[in-house]
Amino acid sequence: MTVFVIRRMLQALLVVFLMSVIVFFGVNIVGDPVYMLVSPDADQADIEAAIRRLGLDRPILEQYWLFLKGAAQGDLGDSFIFGEPALKLILHHMPATMELAFSALILAIVIGIPLGLYAGLYPDSRISKGIMAVSIFGFSLPTFWVGLMLIMLFAVELRWVPATGRGDLGSFLGIQSSLFTLDGLSHIFLPALNLALLKISLAIRLTRAGVREAMGQDYVKYARAKGLATRRIILVHVMKNIMIPVVTVMGLEFGSLIGFSVVTETIFAWPGMGKLLIDAILQLDRPVVVAYLMIIVLFFVLINLVVDILYSILDPRVRLQDQGA
Amino acid sequence: MRKLTTATAVALGILALGAGAASAEKLTIGLASEPTSLDPHFHNLGPNNAMSVHMFDRLIAQDERQRLSPGLAVSWEPIDDLTWEFKLREGVKFHDGSDFTADDVICTMARAPEVPNSPSGYGTYLKGKEVIKVDDYTVHFRTAEPYPLMGNDISTIPVISELGCNSTTEDFNAGTAAIGTGPFKFQSYTPGESIVLVRNDDYWGEAPIWSEVEFRPITSGPSRVASLLAGDVDMISGVPTTDIETLSGNDDIQLSQGVSNRVIYLHLDQFRENSPYVRANGGGEIVNPLLDVRVRKAISMAINRDAIVERVMEGVARPAGQLLPDGFFGVSDNLEVVAYDPQGARALLTEAGYPDGFELTIHGPNDRYINDAKIAEAIAQMLTRVGIKTAVETMPRSVYFGRASTGSPEGLPEFSFILVGWGAGSGEASSPLKSLIATYDKDAGFGSSNRGRHSDPETDALIQQALRTVNDAERESLLAQATERAIENVAIIPTHFQVNTWAARKGLSYIARTDEYTLAMGVVKE
Repeated sequence: MTVFVIRRMLQALLVVFLMSVIVFFGVNIVGDPVYMLVSPDADQADIEAAIRRLGLDRPILEQYWLFLKGAAQGDLGDSFIFGEPALKLILHHMPATMELAFSALILAIVIGIPLGLYAGLYPDSRISKGIMAVSIFGFSLPTFWVGLMLIMLFAVELRWVPATGRGDLGSFLGIQSSLFTLDGLSHIFLPALNLALLKISLAIRLTRAGVREAMGQDYVKYARAKGLATRRIILVHVMKNIMIPVVTVMGLEFGSLIGFSVVTETIFAWPGMGKLLIDAILQLDRPVVVAYLMIIVLFFVLINLVVDILYSILDPRVRLQDQGA
Repeated sequence: MRKLTTATAVALGILALGAGAASAEKLTIGLASEPTSLDPHFHNLGPNNAMSVHMFDRLIAQDERQRLSPGLAVSWEPIDDLTWEFKLREGVKFHDGSDFTADDVICTMARAPEVPNSPSGYGTYLKGKEVIKVDDYTVHFRTAEPYPLMGNDISTIPVISELGCNSTTEDFNAGTAAIGTGPFKFQSYTPGESIVLVRNDDYWGEAPIWSEVEFRPITSGPSRVASLLAGDVDMISGVPTTDIETLSGNDDIQLSQGVSNRVIYLHLDQFRENSPYVRANGGGEIVNPLLDVRVRKAISMAINRDAIVERVMEGVARPAGQLLPDGFFGVSDNLEVVAYDPQGARALLTEAGYPDGFELTIHGPNDRYINDAKIAEAIAQMLTRVGIKTAVETMPRSVYFGRASTGSPEGLPEFSFILVGWGAGSGEASSPLKSLIATYDKDAGFGSSNRGRHSDPETDALIQQALRTVNDAERESLLAQATERAIENVAIIPTHFQVNTWAARKGLSYIARTDEYTLAMGVVKE
């Protein structure tokens, strides 16, 4: 088990390093941030001074070396636009994104799995067909469009919840979050639902497929023959078996919820990391873009690592296979 | 009788208190773009400057048409060729109760160009100016040469207190140093979320009607409009042109519009014999036809400005015939918008030796100006109609401006024919003349945005003479002459002036500003 974890961690480190090369050079060959920063009134001397101050007059390899050196000490560079450490900016915006992604994941699980279970158990019922039809919309409608429609319906027409922004923060167990106030909850409802839609559909489909497959298997038949209650068969035996793919996918999807909350955050003016990223890309705030991508890479790598380890606990064959290889 | 008077006074006092309570009103504004800091000297950027006007007065204020008016200085005059004397307003207090004096001005002018990590500072406006304290309420600005634009330059510098001068950008963002003399005081700042200001009841000028103002950045256009419709915010800036028609039909919404100081124009390569994006028909090499003033004129005549304004901009723009709209300092009365004349354009092209036209590519940004990519497409179609087969290439501004300025292998402007815009921050014609039209001269700081490298000694002489002429009337006439000559030579081709739109809930309207700032002081009740 230890060897397995160490091996996985080394692989993760290599991935992080390779990504730093791709990300840094990818971001640094695009565009010219100087003209995004200086005031149009600035003359040629001012522009040159700005180039020097940002270190853009140095060769790209030297810039990368400086970045690596800083990164090793936890310094991912200063934002061109805010003049503050990029990491600090991102960490400052992270709680907003985390609470949004977390709320979306909860919605996906709480709504998606029961619906999927129902659709899997009674595949021919009308309700199941309805659930599956709706889940197609969840997959295929673009997030930004659905987001705007949600705003138009719930905020503009019905006026149930506010259209944009994050609500008041509350404090619970030392954690500051808008999930702990009524105003905060009313603000997070729409963006969380918007972000969750695709994941709800995903959870429905995964669970349904898993349930349908499991229900026909011998152990279920055997359990039935043994006279176990249907309730117990489904909730203990079937659920346990179908949970592996669901946990894997939902784990990965949590990463993508964080990484790709960009669209939702932009539409709902949610002050999270995704919004910060979009602004940074538009204004070519390279250090923030690079730092953001590195953090996301780290997230994905860590989540994969955790999922791998969870796997090996849930299913010993994974661990054994890895040792054999 | 005496008693009665006292009673009346008390009654009036109570009434006044009542009025005070009634005016305890909050205003929420949805902003299209967010300031990057509350430090007024950190970043010379439109949204930052607009925000700092609320908290920090300037020595000289710019009104909604960018005309100069007394701010913290009651007067400013040249006392000799090289010295301007500023008389400061007495009895003004900072938000923390300290007095405003010449010392604050001296330290402000010292700090403004020197903020650490500043992406773009205010040194541009203070170069070559020495600030001297004469007494507590008099300061002198000295220059090495006569300098007529002193008032315009100084009107861009927000005045901070001595306490602020010794503070960092972080102190300003935290609010501890955000202490000015302005009509609003700092309340709270959450980057990406909100900026809250409260009224300064001791303001020396006209006190604002709003007791509290919250600014919320909502960068996505449709969401901004939805927030207004949902009642989350009372007013928004930057209404997308596509929403203007629907909003104007909505009885709950009040639109406010005004022309800006921003001209959208075309720069043409006037310095290369072989221009990279100009080709003969069929793609062969050709001597750059844009060097010929007749070709440039033909291009200008081939552009249907009214069609751009009506169809692409949905009526929210004004056709342009020069560098600034009417009413600005230095605008020429003799210039008309170039009329749409495709036959005339063809005739001129034939005369210049291009009866069948040539091939050209127009480059432009697609996220910088209102409808920029669509305008480039429309212009390309219009030129193609007179025989200049024009391709369109648009790109994000983050890529575009670098390439347009220094993108060629030699570090010169890369493109041949580009769509750009220019906002005259100083509010008068020397700004575009000096940056866009004057011959590119790195040492003198002229022509810094002259991406077509137009160069005409006579225009240069007029501009330079204007920049040395302190007398306003003479300078205005020189600027107008320089503009006329530049337009005559088709140094650039202006297409239109942007019109900005604000939308507010019914009962509120906004005094539109040419500098595109969104100010709480300009939101009035009807």
